[in-house]
Amino acid sequence: MKQRQFERRHSAEWQAFAARLERLERRSPLKNTPQPEPLPVLELPAAYRRLCQQLAIARSRCYSNALNARLSQLALRAYQQLYRGPQGRWQAMLQFLSTDFPQRVRANAGLFWLCAALFYLPLLGMGLAVYQAPELIYSLLAPERVTDLEAMYAPGQAAVDRAASSDLAMFGYYIRNNIGLGFRTFAGGILLGVGSAFMLLLNGLFIGAVSGYLTAKGLTETFYTFVAGHGAFELTGIVLAGVAGMKLGWAVVAPGRWSRSAALRQAASDGVRLILGMTALLTLAAFIEAFWSSNHAIPAEIKYTVGGIGWLLIILYLSRAGRDVA
Amino acid sequence: MPEPALLDTVRQIETPEGITLSLRAAGPVARALAWSIDLLIQCMALLALLIALATLSQGGFGVWLIALFLTEWLYPALFEVYAGGATPGKKALGLMVVHANGTPVGWSAALIRNLLPAADFLPVLYGFGMVAMFSNRDFQRLGDLAAGTLVIYRDPPILALTLPPGPALPPPSLSLAEQQLIIDFVERSTILNPARQAELAELLTGFTRLTGMAGVERLQAYARWLAGDHS
Repeated sequence: MKQRQFERRHSAEWQAFAARLERLERRSPLKNTPQPEPLPVLELPAAYRRLCQQLAIARSRCYSNALNARLSQLALRAYQQLYRGPQGRWQAMLQFLSTDFPQRVRANAGLFWLCAALFYLPLLGMGLAVYQAPELIYSLLAPERVTDLEAMYAPGQAAVDRAASSDLAMFGYYIRNNIGLGFRTFAGGILLGVGSAFMLLLNGLFIGAVSGYLTAKGLTETFYTFVAGHGAFELTGIVLAGVAGMKLGWAVVAPGRWSRSAALRQAASDGVRLILGMTALLTLAAFIEAFWSSNHAIPAEIKYTVGGIGWLLIILYLSRAGRDVA
Repeated sequence: MPEPALLDTVRQIETPEGITLSLRAAGPVARALAWSIDLLIQCMALLALLIALATLSQGGFGVWLIALFLTEWLYPALFEVYAGGATPGKKALGLMVVHANGTPVGWSAALIRNLLPAADFLPVLYGFGMVAMFSNRDFQRLGDLAAGTLVIYRDPPILALTLPPGPALPPPSLSLAEQQLIIDFVERSTILNPARQAELAELLTGFTRLTGMAGVERLQAYARWLAGDHS
């Protein structure tokens, strides 16, 4: 059959198919509008398979490049419409937080303890060292920052309550700073895990230095009532960012039975789910930090109790949630 | 048609229906330009929001910081999932992001590839990202490698080409490749100016024994006959 006969026989079908694809491509995935199609949706796969067959024929008969290119493009567009993944739903998010996320954390228990050690050991070590010798803090912080720090937690300052609008400003600041830090800790993991380990270590040292210094200066009341509320969620979030990052690094260093790139893709798809959970934890922490921790009207006993309950909740959540669900 | 491996950026994917489709990977220059356009849009939007919120007190600044956070990390992922695989910058340059098998990106891959620029950017100005792009044939930066994604060119729709009308002549004996060459030339000649058409047709003077536009017309007549326009 000559090319022109072939084209004449099918051109109406191709035009209709192109028009259909255009409608599908323009449909916004945000809105779940009913199909505006004159044809039932089940006909798309059949039409696509017919097109694939016509493309194969056109290629094997060596029809012109222009015709082959046109049919290939139609086939690619149909392929992208047909084989697209399902769109996320909010119920899926809830399901993820209640079972999938804690399960994934437990599945990575080894890395979790490694990252916890990389974070808490420098924290404790630096904390004790600075407590013994407060001037050690100048190895990490500039003198002006130390003065700021002391002023921030000075007991007199406690009487001055922050305005509600300033709470909101701090909420924005914590969101951007802390979650951004978590994302960077994750991303740094792809550099053979070095980036994640470095971020964990650095944060451990900083937090340890600040805690040790303020304890040594006797500013314990103002400092610990402030950090008690959100500590459980924030510190755990940082460790989890490290876990997600180390997974990337480990996949590159020791891919096991997979190729390096396949192992990396697998680790990344696991890691990004840990990061999703981390984002939820750090958002909660930022909320508590901005609106609860900063409220000086609440007595210290209540703040410590709430902080303790936070730790209990996070431990129960990560160790128990989703246990009975396969 | 198995062809010898050429040095090009086309990646072939095989579909479950047993046909192969081609994707053209986009290189660093086009992607850097798209990135610059996106950066400009992000800055403008944030600046506009800052001015709008400046009338409010400190609380407005908190809202702006959250917007800054979302723009920094989620702007590309949102567009890539909900706007046909392309941020405005990529759309302007005719690029789109797809999975390595050619399917549209989902949330998981879009998030991975847009969190990892933090590593791609190191040590300065996408240093590691560049090294990664130049060390694999699909120009994937670290984020693309981890997410299993490609940035490809999205071609404008190809329309049906028609041969210019006229008489058809049976050509002398030609191999299949030669027949294709003549049809391709004539189909493409509609977008070339007459002087260029004549110049190309004169390469075949030994075959047509004609020069200038007469050669072009002879090739057109052959093409019409080969494609079946005479019936």
